[in-house]
Amino acid sequence: MTTAVLFDNVSRYFGAVRAVDRVNLDIVEGEFFAMLGPSGSGKTTCLRLMAGFEQPTGGHIEIFGETAEGVPPYRRSVNTVFQDYALFPHLSILDNVAYGLMVKGIGREERRKAAEDALAMVKLPGYGARRPGQLSGGQRQRVALARALVNKPKVLLLDEPLGALDLKLREQMQEELKTLQKSLGITFVFVTHDQGEALSMADRIAVFNEGRIQQLGRPEEVYNQPKTRFVADFVGSSNVLSTKLCQTLGLKAPFASLRPEAIAIAPASNGALSLAGTIAGQSFLGATNRVVVDVEGARIAVASPAAHAVPSIGSPVTISFAARDLHPMEDA
Amino acid sequence: MRSEKSNRAPVGLKIAAAGGLAFMHVPILLIFLYAFTTEEKSYQFPPPGLTTQWFGVAWDRPDVWAALTLSVKVASIATATALVLGTLCAAAVSQTRFFGRETISLLVILPIALPGIITGIALRSAFSMADIPFSFWTIVLGHATFCIVVVYNNAVARFRRISGSLIEASMDLGADGFQTFRHVILPNIGTALLAGGMLAFALSFDEVIVTTFTAGQQSTLPIWMLEELIRPRQRPVTNVVAMIVVVVTFLPILGAYYLTRDGDQIAGAGK
Repeated sequence: MTTAVLFDNVSRYFGAVRAVDRVNLDIVEGEFFAMLGPSGSGKTTCLRLMAGFEQPTGGHIEIFGETAEGVPPYRRSVNTVFQDYALFPHLSILDNVAYGLMVKGIGREERRKAAEDALAMVKLPGYGARRPGQLSGGQRQRVALARALVNKPKVLLLDEPLGALDLKLREQMQEELKTLQKSLGITFVFVTHDQGEALSMADRIAVFNEGRIQQLGRPEEVYNQPKTRFVADFVGSSNVLSTKLCQTLGLKAPFASLRPEAIAIAPASNGALSLAGTIAGQSFLGATNRVVVDVEGARIAVASPAAHAVPSIGSPVTISFAARDLHPMEDA
Repeated sequence: MRSEKSNRAPVGLKIAAAGGLAFMHVPILLIFLYAFTTEEKSYQFPPPGLTTQWFGVAWDRPDVWAALTLSVKVASIATATALVLGTLCAAAVSQTRFFGRETISLLVILPIALPGIITGIALRSAFSMADIPFSFWTIVLGHATFCIVVVYNNAVARFRRISGSLIEASMDLGADGFQTFRHVILPNIGTALLAGGMLAFALSFDEVIVTTFTAGQQSTLPIWMLEELIRPRQRPVTNVVAMIVVVVTFLPILGAYYLTRDGDQIAGAGK
């Protein structure tokens, strides 16, 4: 396995602000890698460090084994799909897509053909003569994708590319991006603040908070076994059990995470753990009911199948869960 | 856009509007009229007779040509200087953030807000203090101070509309700084530069006040006209030249208006 992008203890400070703080990354060739985090968490700065728009304050970056520090964006075999697409308003769609080939000095006929192929690949054949202003948001996003891919980059960077699209279009583009990535075999690095997007598309996810990577792993790992309270909270609202509850359950770790769907409102059966509490609230979510149970003052969310009747608010209940669903966490 | 309801103005207002417009434009028409008069010493109304002989006389006068050539040369060089410096300054102010950015922006615009006489006096005393003899180049320098503002104002408005990611996108796709300027920045600011350049040219071409303070023995066209009006000799020649000046300055302003009317207003057009 070849390393596509390597971050060795990389930092980027803006004055006193540590936008990226000692980050280590190892993105494998052909991987669909997501950088997930809230705004200001450093994920976009990491992407810009890869693209060459920012230079690291400290640490070392390699792209396919070559040192990247000091190399300007136009000498990197990396292309970016920008959040606002950044299509050139004065050029036709075809000239936009062919731009990278044009500045490399490739002949008119050859680059026209390559650009048309790229447009066909993103399902916009025959749109070459139009202007960016005449396209919808979804179409512009496809043009931005074609414009980057026509250069055959070794790594494609995507900066929240689906953020401006409506839900339906976003789901469709998620599918298409994933299919495209698998068929091209190009390494995709994808920045998003949408945990659902990261979980459904990525091979691996790095969860960012305050300039640092909180957890790096496959989507199932990040979702089921959050390492820190931040990850548990940010990636799909796990319950975080306090130190006190951990002690009640006989756990040594200071905190533990427990997914709402791993809990049943039922007495414990063979070897399961249980806690006693009272029903504090409920809301109907379609396939499930979200039930909040008050356990010794802590509120624990339970995803209960909609078919199961929920006891009325205030009634005492026992909640139970398997010991393997309880994941010990570090502090922070 | 016209309001459907009250598109009928009262008669009094109509007369006032017509009077205002006439007040502004009738004198200009008189200038044109007296270019054709047969009386050369004074402007009597109505003109005793009409002739086109003054066009020929003006054509044969070497001092007209000297003044015209000087004005065109000064305006061209001042405009060219302003285009380069104004664009660079606009790029710096709109694309980057640095300490004192707003101050620099204000300082660049200031020469056009200051009365020309202040600029003139300031430049004159600065030139004498530095022992720079008055010449063609001191006129160019004086004109460049306000030409830069016009170009800067037009360019900065356009630069602000270019999103920073366009430039990054260009670099990302393999274009170096020069290619990015050539293929992305220039096409996007081109019309603004053309409009700013035309305005700058027009401003420089009919400038009197700053020129009086920064010129040596040479006369630019407007200064030559001022001198001509004092002497009652072949007066209609001045009118012929005035007509040419109107045409030469009006066409670029009209051009600038059509080039930018879809975009930004032409900043600084009022000087």
